[in-house]
Amino acid sequence: MKALRTFFKDQIRDYALLIALVVIMVFFQIITKGILFKPVNITNLVLQNSYVITMALGMLLIILTSWIDLSVGSVVAVIGAVAAVLMVKMHVDWVLTVGICLVLGAVIGIWQGYWVAFVKIPAFIVTLAGMLIFRGLTLVILDGESIGPFPTGFQKISTGFIPDVFKIPGIHFTTIVIGIILAIVLVLMDLQARKNQRKYGFEVTPTSIFILKNVIVTIGIMALCYLLASYKGLPNVLVLLFALITFYSFITSQTVIGRRIYAMGGNEKAARLSGVNTPLLLFGTFVNMGVLAALGGLIVAARLNSATPNAGDGMELDVIAACYIGGASPSGGIGKVIGAVVGAFIIGVLNNGMSIMGLGIDWQKVVKGMVLLVAVLFDVSQKNKS
Amino acid sequence: MSDVILEMRNIGKEFPGVKALDNVTFSVTRGEIHALVGENGAGKSTLMKVLSGVYPFGTYSGDIIFNGKECHFKDIHQSEQVGLVIIHQELALVPYLSIAENMFLGNEQNKNGIIDWNGSYSKSVDLLKKVGLHETPNTLISTMGVGRQQLVEIAKALAKEVKLLILDEPTASLNEKDSDNLLELLVQLKAQGITSILISHKLNEIEKVADSITVLRDGATVETMDCHKDKISEDRIIRDMVGRDITNRFPPRDNKIGEVVFEIQDWNVYHPVHSDLKVSTDVNINVRRGEVVGLAGLMGAGRTELAMSIFGRSYGTRITGKALRFGKEIDVSTVDKAIKNGVAYATEDRKAYGLVLIQDLKDNITLANLEAISDGMVINQPKEMSVTSGYREKLNIKCSSLQQLAINLSGGNQQKVVLSKWLFANPDVLILDEPTRGIDVGAKYEIYTIINRLASEGKSIILISSELTEILGVCDRIYIMRDGKIVGEMPASEATPEIVMKHIMTQEVMEK
Repeated sequence: MKALRTFFKDQIRDYALLIALVVIMVFFQIITKGILFKPVNITNLVLQNSYVITMALGMLLIILTSWIDLSVGSVVAVIGAVAAVLMVKMHVDWVLTVGICLVLGAVIGIWQGYWVAFVKIPAFIVTLAGMLIFRGLTLVILDGESIGPFPTGFQKISTGFIPDVFKIPGIHFTTIVIGIILAIVLVLMDLQARKNQRKYGFEVTPTSIFILKNVIVTIGIMALCYLLASYKGLPNVLVLLFALITFYSFITSQTVIGRRIYAMGGNEKAARLSGVNTPLLLFGTFVNMGVLAALGGLIVAARLNSATPNAGDGMELDVIAACYIGGASPSGGIGKVIGAVVGAFIIGVLNNGMSIMGLGIDWQKVVKGMVLLVAVLFDVSQKNKS
Repeated sequence: MSDVILEMRNIGKEFPGVKALDNVTFSVTRGEIHALVGENGAGKSTLMKVLSGVYPFGTYSGDIIFNGKECHFKDIHQSEQVGLVIIHQELALVPYLSIAENMFLGNEQNKNGIIDWNGSYSKSVDLLKKVGLHETPNTLISTMGVGRQQLVEIAKALAKEVKLLILDEPTASLNEKDSDNLLELLVQLKAQGITSILISHKLNEIEKVADSITVLRDGATVETMDCHKDKISEDRIIRDMVGRDITNRFPPRDNKIGEVVFEIQDWNVYHPVHSDLKVSTDVNINVRRGEVVGLAGLMGAGRTELAMSIFGRSYGTRITGKALRFGKEIDVSTVDKAIKNGVAYATEDRKAYGLVLIQDLKDNITLANLEAISDGMVINQPKEMSVTSGYREKLNIKCSSLQQLAINLSGGNQQKVVLSKWLFANPDVLILDEPTRGIDVGAKYEIYTIINRLASEGKSIILISSELTEILGVCDRIYIMRDGKIVGEMPASEATPEIVMKHIMTQEVMEK
């Protein structure tokens, strides 16, 4: 019992977040009379939030270094505009366009990262400038108009689904199979990690919690897969997201670079005096953010099937809020990839649920603002207690 | 019997694990300049913080009687109201405000919350005249030198109708001319009836102006001397400051000293902001295999600056000079290269520069040498675990687990984590900057034991310490530094506290 109590005290933040997500989902399920969990809506939810999650991954790294990037919404717009001009006006192949846009994202990251990391202009100012610059450039490139539609191949990034090899009517069985494999792999990985932790004297979670956690994760994955399978199956973009989340979880928790980012955010001077090249690392996080913002821009453009001057407007706020709601500390050094992802889903479910309810965009903003405040309040009070 | 303005009786102050002040009695006569001297850590600053209310009534024991009344200050504001003003070593001026604005900061001349600028200016002109500063009240603080800023601080104190002025090492960062001016001013203020307490390390200054001298040692009063009756000599003061038993406080050692491992030649460093100010001048030092070399000197002598400039140019600009390992020149231009070339530096400020406090023990210990526990770029967590638990055992780090956050460790254990980090980086030369600052006696002994063991394993160690006894108790050879220069070198066997202190503090030295 005591083990349970200390466990909850240590891990309360991680689990409170998941519990909050579930509570919010159940709340909207009831209030929308069952629309939220309809297969078509769940699929929509994933599609609508894919770009927020994509960019939250990059934003988390920047927030870990204790900085912020306000420009991502404008980068989304400018990349969409460039992609549109390339594909629609200049008839460039869409695969090549994607490549060019990602490189362009990296260039934007290099531009902003240079000022922040090497000239030491605060990121808040550099990216505020970027927010204006890239929005302005979008208007210049699009000449104030929308450009579309795009080739089908490009659209499929956001609107396509993986092919079904089983062809069972009424259900996308491949999705179910993938879900089962995924669940088994996750449980096995968790078992292995636990075994290692035991072996080397780490504190391990109590067995009861461990089993409960894996059961819930498995049920969650299977429920999601079942819902998706009842509609059109696994969206392409979810596969991409899964790959990105896995990659960034690995980078942050298992690699030298990840460890150095956390150290730098926790105490920049101590990290530098331990041989970490902090400016280069900071520069790298901005370049990474540029590429992910470009990817976000491509996903947005593909989903809307056109590039518009106000694409991505205000999106930076959802992305940043996702990280903070997910437990990242504004002063740096604290935060997890999975937290940012759950945070993005909380924002997404709020957006989606309130839209179904027919709540105006005005009140949606009020609610989201309150949720952000409450989440950070929770963090602060936890910190003060310890 | 002379008129006593301040009496502090049986003052005691404890910090967790450390007795900072133990039954201190201190009394100041009205209209005198009273010097307070003692080694770093003797308790001078703590005593003044008790007096001025930084440590509020109730957190210390004993009585404070000022102007015949017993005082219970809850904060600095209350102590200033009775005319007790302290000027700290780090000046408390806002650089981008004017002299007048600074002078009345927190004490604004106002009517119903609206500042009376005319009143402020005319009053500040008077006060500036009093301290002999020829500036207009509109001058921005940031455009003035430290010496002039110091005068503004004193004028600010006068604006508060100060009766007892406390100056904490006012001349530490002043040149000789500014120092003389300041001391002159203190004598003038004395004539106007303002009493001063002067905390200083510079014995020649004290001899010049002080009417009486109190020496503190290890948180207790040693003696108070009357400069007009007693026969005062530097030797007597120094003996009072250092005269303590140093047997048994250091573990015994028996080192086999080998060839020169690391050498610094003609090392010159300039201040990072004021790039015409030299902070290290023609420094030549070396350290041998298995040797512990001490760098003695006062705070501000330039020891930390020297060490950090060697360690990856972490301090200063326009750095010139050679670093050699086993006689071959090595590149120490970045921290990363310095570490790879076998140099490590454990900082004096472990919380600000040494540890990532919000991370756990394990992450802190491996930070400087992540390559050694990684396969490619991927951290091998089991390996990291076994490495760090090895250090936990070897250095006897007391913690609940390796995942305990550094912030939750005691000072001594934090220091062991810092040491572990640098041991894991496996350097040939380890520079330890004040490794025992702020930790208790037991943990100090453990740190000394670790230093001895490292030396016997063949490492070369440079120890920076402001505690003379520590330098004498641990080192094989001692360099003495003052004003960024090496002013003396001697084997520990020939050194006594008196000799070293004399080198540290006096201007004329017998050059070796």
